[in-house]
Amino acid sequence: MTTPALEARDLVKYFPTGSSGLLGRPTNTVKAVDGVSFSVEHGTTLGVVGESGCGKSTLARLVTRLIDSTSGEVYMDGRDITSLSGRELRTARRKMQMIFQDPYSSLNPRHSVGQIISAPLEVQGIEPTQGVKARVQELMELVGLNPEHYNRYPHEFSGGQRQRIGIARALVLDPTVLVADEPVSALDVSIQAQILNLLETLQSELGLTYMFIAHDLSVVRHIADQVAVMYLGKIVELGPAASVYASARHPYTTALLSAVPVADPARRGREGRIRLTGDVPSPIDPPSGCRFRTRCWKATEVCADVEPALVDTGSGHSVACHHPMDVPVSVGHSKP
Amino acid sequence: MSQPPLLSVEGLTVSFDTPDGVVHAVSGVSFELQAGQTLGIVGESGSGKSVTASSILRLNNSTTSSTTGRVLLDGRDVLGLSDDEMRAVRGRDVAMVFQDPLSALNPYYSVGDQIAEAFLVHHPKATAQEVRERVLGMLEKVGIPNPEKRIDEYPHQFSGGMRQRIVIAIALINSPRVLIADEPTTALDVTVQAQILDLMLDLQKETNMAIILITHDLGVVAEVADAALVMYGGRIVEQADVVSIFRQPTHPYSWGLLGAVGSLDTSTRGHLSTIPGTPPSLISIPSGCSFHPRCGHALGAGSACTTKVPDLRAVTGTTSKSACHLTDEQLVSIGRREVLQ
Repeated sequence: MTTPALEARDLVKYFPTGSSGLLGRPTNTVKAVDGVSFSVEHGTTLGVVGESGCGKSTLARLVTRLIDSTSGEVYMDGRDITSLSGRELRTARRKMQMIFQDPYSSLNPRHSVGQIISAPLEVQGIEPTQGVKARVQELMELVGLNPEHYNRYPHEFSGGQRQRIGIARALVLDPTVLVADEPVSALDVSIQAQILNLLETLQSELGLTYMFIAHDLSVVRHIADQVAVMYLGKIVELGPAASVYASARHPYTTALLSAVPVADPARRGREGRIRLTGDVPSPIDPPSGCRFRTRCWKATEVCADVEPALVDTGSGHSVACHHPMDVPVSVGHSKP
Repeated sequence: MSQPPLLSVEGLTVSFDTPDGVVHAVSGVSFELQAGQTLGIVGESGSGKSVTASSILRLNNSTTSSTTGRVLLDGRDVLGLSDDEMRAVRGRDVAMVFQDPLSALNPYYSVGDQIAEAFLVHHPKATAQEVRERVLGMLEKVGIPNPEKRIDEYPHQFSGGMRQRIVIAIALINSPRVLIADEPTTALDVTVQAQILDLMLDLQKETNMAIILITHDLGVVAEVADAALVMYGGRIVEQADVVSIFRQPTHPYSWGLLGAVGSLDTSTRGHLSTIPGTPPSLISIPSGCSFHPRCGHALGAGSACTTKVPDLRAVTGTTSKSACHLTDEQLVSIGRREVLQ
């Protein structure tokens, strides 16, 4: 067994919310992430999908230690980074960098591209052997930007080019793990494909490990080796991408796949389509037992009483459900 | 067509004066729409799709924008109406649903009041009792559970999907004949998006209204539209019924878009097909065909592609219209090959 590049064990994050009384003690907790475990092998991609409020962005922040977990651990290359602080944490962060969603707000408009990309070097106090400028220009070339634009400012670039700047900044420290939170959702379709191709090329050239968070199932399908589906702070299904997309076992996953509009008018109103009713319940007061049961058409009494555990159904495909789907249903993307 | 169209847009051209120069947002856009029909307008950001829609309702700033062409609603040109006459059209004949339901609603008023306001504008003599009944009926229609209680609640008490239902209720309270929906589901999660699209189609069946659906998502067009316009650089580059646009696309830009989406849909891993480059700035639109710098089929420097704007013309052997300098035979044969890939 090799040591995974990134591993999370039973991660939990509760946010206190609301206050009352003289001391203003929090009265409620939002259970944003509630017992999430996964591991990602070197050079592979874990895709995390889910709807808004499922805790996927909080998970990204926990993994990168941008926020501290309530309990649970994060391991990088077998080393527990959960309790690191100060200088140790800063050194550990060299190996794990983040790409953000919005290429407009994640770049300082008053800094030139050169300053933006070299900022991590400055923070870490690293002097590249070939010099800062040469290193930055090398990266600009790598991500498909013109190195001559070193002194330009973010507003002179398009959305796709800005995202390339963000990627170059994430790569400047030679990380092994990249955590990307919705890196293409703010971009046009034709540009999304360009950025995804770039991320794939970088992965194979640099041997990077990705944790890729998205709400768009087709994007995740394209880039991920493993897929984790989250609902209200928990992973409900986890497995190899091909297996999860071809034969989803959790009712929520099948509903999610079924809801994706397909670019084929002939398949309009196709049979076996699942329509969920209602919205995701509040994470302040999640349903007892299985959190999906309030929207699930297969729910029975046991779902309200017992919380289903994430159980391996074979070949690394796990599902947390009392009544998993047994036959591959006709879902959005499967071939007819 | 025997029936005159409900809505007919002819040669719509819209430009905006900005400090950076004149933005040519929409150039020579023409299309027709029948009652009960759904038209999907597809394009990337800056393709002119939203401005086309807002021009129909004359929502553009009148001091900085200039609009030419005709927008005929039942044969009457709305661009020539007085402001008072226009106010009578907005919300009653043509209504709009916006992208972000949070900013489309006023946080200080109850949702009931906001729906009622839209009704009272066109029915000033309605009694309070009448209005409340009407609003309750509308809430029920758009699928808000427990309307008696929720009518007096405020936008923040609703989820994103429920807010969009409220916005749809506001748009439909006067039973408009044309509904313009500008990215109505873009801000929503995919399971909620499916609910909202279903709702819009159900209400369309009931009232026979025409829908203009603006979206960047080809999947949404395939699911709900009868016909589609593909826009690029402020112009229509392809116009076709919804099956043709996916089965027999006749413009290189449509091929690129379908390729980018198609390979996302089907391949698990591997290289995605892309359109190189980025969409043009509408201040300095490339000469000739505005797509030529990104087009893999462009004929090169000095050719018609770089010097002459292609007309939108019917392509022989198809039911589609395309604005491309390639021959009809080329458009048909390459289009077929691109789709098969």
